[in-house]
Amino acid sequence: MSDTFDLIVIGAGPGGYECAIRASQLGMSVACVEKRDALGGTCLNVGCIPSKALLHASELFAETDHFEKMGINVGKPKLDLKVMQSFKQQAIDGNTQGIEFLFKKNKIEWVKGTGTLKGAGEVEVALTEGGLRTLKASDIVLATGSDVAQLPGIDVDEKQIVSSTGALELEKVPGKLVVVGGGVIGLELGSVWNRLGSDVTVVEFLPAILPGMDGEVAKTFQRILKKQKFSLKLGSKVTGVEKSGKGLKVSIEPAKGGDTEVLDADVVLVCIGRVAYTEGLGLDKAGVEVDERGRIKVDAHLKTNVDGVHAIGDAITGPMLAHKAMEEGVVLAERLAGQMPHMNYDVIPGVVYTQPEVASVGRTEEELKEAGIEYRAGKFPFTANGRAKANQQTDGFVKILADKKTDKVLGVHIIGTQAGEMIHEAVTVMEFGGAAEDIARTCHAHPTLSEAVKEAALAVDGRPLHM
Amino acid sequence: MSTEIRVPTLGESVTEAEVIQWFKQAGDAVAVDEPLVELETDKVTIELPSPAAGVLAEITVETGETVEVDALLGMIGDGDGAVVKAKPAAAKEEVKAEPAPKAEPEPAPAPAPAAASDGGSEALSPAVKKLIDENGLDPSMISGSGKDGRIVKGDVLAVLEAKGAAAPAAAPAAPIAVPAAAKPASAPSVDQGAREERVRMTRLRKTIATRLKEAQNTAAMLTTFNEVDLGAVMAARSQYKELFEKKHGVRLGFMSFFVKACITALKDIPAVNAEIDGDELVYKNFYNIGVAVGTDKGLVVPVLKDAQDLSLAGIEKAINAYGQAARDGNLKIDDLQGGTFTISNGGVYGSLMSTPILNAPQSGILGMHKIQERPMVVNGEIQVRPMMYLALSYDHRIVDGKEAVTFLVRVKECLEDPQRLLLDL
Repeated sequence: MSDTFDLIVIGAGPGGYECAIRASQLGMSVACVEKRDALGGTCLNVGCIPSKALLHASELFAETDHFEKMGINVGKPKLDLKVMQSFKQQAIDGNTQGIEFLFKKNKIEWVKGTGTLKGAGEVEVALTEGGLRTLKASDIVLATGSDVAQLPGIDVDEKQIVSSTGALELEKVPGKLVVVGGGVIGLELGSVWNRLGSDVTVVEFLPAILPGMDGEVAKTFQRILKKQKFSLKLGSKVTGVEKSGKGLKVSIEPAKGGDTEVLDADVVLVCIGRVAYTEGLGLDKAGVEVDERGRIKVDAHLKTNVDGVHAIGDAITGPMLAHKAMEEGVVLAERLAGQMPHMNYDVIPGVVYTQPEVASVGRTEEELKEAGIEYRAGKFPFTANGRAKANQQTDGFVKILADKKTDKVLGVHIIGTQAGEMIHEAVTVMEFGGAAEDIARTCHAHPTLSEAVKEAALAVDGRPLHM
Repeated sequence: MSTEIRVPTLGESVTEAEVIQWFKQAGDAVAVDEPLVELETDKVTIELPSPAAGVLAEITVETGETVEVDALLGMIGDGDGAVVKAKPAAAKEEVKAEPAPKAEPEPAPAPAPAAASDGGSEALSPAVKKLIDENGLDPSMISGSGKDGRIVKGDVLAVLEAKGAAAPAAAPAAPIAVPAAAKPASAPSVDQGAREERVRMTRLRKTIATRLKEAQNTAAMLTTFNEVDLGAVMAARSQYKELFEKKHGVRLGFMSFFVKACITALKDIPAVNAEIDGDELVYKNFYNIGVAVGTDKGLVVPVLKDAQDLSLAGIEKAINAYGQAARDGNLKIDDLQGGTFTISNGGVYGSLMSTPILNAPQSGILGMHKIQERPMVVNGEIQVRPMMYLALSYDHRIVDGKEAVTFLVRVKECLEDPQRLLLDL
């Protein structure tokens, strides 16, 4: 067993494991240091994957509300949360074991423990089984990801006051759930428990949910959430959480200050964001610079200020998305192998996996206006799409923003069932610098939801056919 | 584990090569260092040895294709033929055909778009195709700004807009050499929207760009400087300007003095008026002085033919006529050709000092600059003098340092004491 490798990756989340696998494909010997007892990082273990499993299961649970009008008579379904949680666990295990298999296939050594940078080219691992092992490599990639951001004054115990991790593990459906933070994670997890029977209240500091999303999309989605019986307290901040008998009392007040309102809760979910996680890496001693938010500083090539040390994913700047980390991991591995790949940060899609889903890529109308770019917008509602009507899932719309002069697609925003899948057509067109007209002149199968994308492209030119 | 076969560095300033023949076929076994493929450049033909032992798994570039240094030529796989294909380094390759075993997703009922012979526009997007067909455009004449050089809708729209607004070119399509006094208003290269703006290069600008680079790449070009006290010239002008204009019908400018001074100096230092043609130095016994003129479409350099025979008035008249013709777009090709030396005046824009680029194939160019009053020491005293820095960029292959410096000194002497022009000194 050698201690010298071509590449050491610290962290086996999406960024880390993709980097390791790609590097191995390109002929490098790779070691991956991971302290969790499973590979896959936050995403596979306590993030993307388990939440998607619960979202899927809870969505089907809630779908049964629509069965009667379709002539399917099953009565009210009963929830066995324990079994649903084990369904979730199967998703986690299936995926993490899959990564283990990929590591074996690609001859990547998983070094189980916590890695610390000992300077350029050297990583000391405090092994899980005990003892220390020093690894050497000409290149090291820091892919340690991110952790939950704490709300000052509120202690997360993962039982009653939970982060996303605890929210995935709840053993009972909370009667009242207060979600602090109206971003992607809060709305997704809020959706899960909302469908399973909780009364959900979302408290968000900014005046709109999903900060950063296209304004029209956020407003429409807000209306949909209200229809789903979400209670939204926007422009509000949480000033305290106290135990009260078996439950909790959450004090909130307007963001600018004002009268306090107290909400009852059985469980409080704190999800105000995530912060880069670099504990135990020894960055200080190794001289690796971080920025004011604790993120590892890198240049355009993902290199840190220390030769031979690179960083990717949530631990550096940029959207905290698994696929962003994965792209960076692959691009970095290829660069280290001497290739010259490029990464296009302007065309990274973002998806909210609620029902309906929200997906977007490129610029929002607000961003274009602020940048002074003249654009045309084409919007098409799913109420006018044949497939959506047939399935009676007509919430939402597709909006395409195109440059006024060149017709180049600058941004696409979709709310609707399957938005997360539909968005990829837009991503591909934008990657090739295509025009709205190109989408409009591409054949889309009928009857599909994707036809709405084509119609929205026609709408950019003011000539939709089905509206 | 597979190994890439890449085009090696081929030599100084050699950037591409043609694949002449593959010595091995796909599937053949190869040994380390065994000759794999023959590449030809305009300097040398080389045989490329195999970087590894194994099987020639993939030939990416076929015989007859042109490749750039570092381009991917093929892949060597393991002895058992298992190969992981590396993606060709996208940005650098000029390979026209895509790597052969590219999975066609389904047998398309319509014929796949024919791989166009111009790199990058293999498949035209629907919007692009429509515009091109409706307007009778030639896609090979449109440079694409999309991924891998594809033509996008915006590119075609820009071409149509330029056509619609196109005034007949002020300067003819023939190559026009422009000295460095021209400020290339560079269009920054663009990706998407907001922060950058893509502007198609006009044919004129492209031609100018090519000529400038040719001059730089061919001549051993450098610049020597001097300064001239224009007090005497300015005194002559102010003394006689009214009389001059009355008699000759044209204003007495500085240019005529400069042209005359240059001709005097050129007669003394013939190398600056000569040019290199292949292996020969061609010394010219006539003086066709190009004078750079700014127009709104760019800098043009009309030539005063046989300027040695022109009087000061004749020079001023000819320059005026050219200036007018340039602004009206009436310059003929003949007006722009045949120069033996060029003068460029960056001073009108405020330049104090500059290093002009040669007007190929000439061997010298004089840069005039702003006349700036400076404190100078004259006979042990400090006086305010109207000074101008002079620059002579020259081709060191034909003009040596002493000649270049002497040339400038002669120009300076003639300008500082115009009597020398009269006395042919």
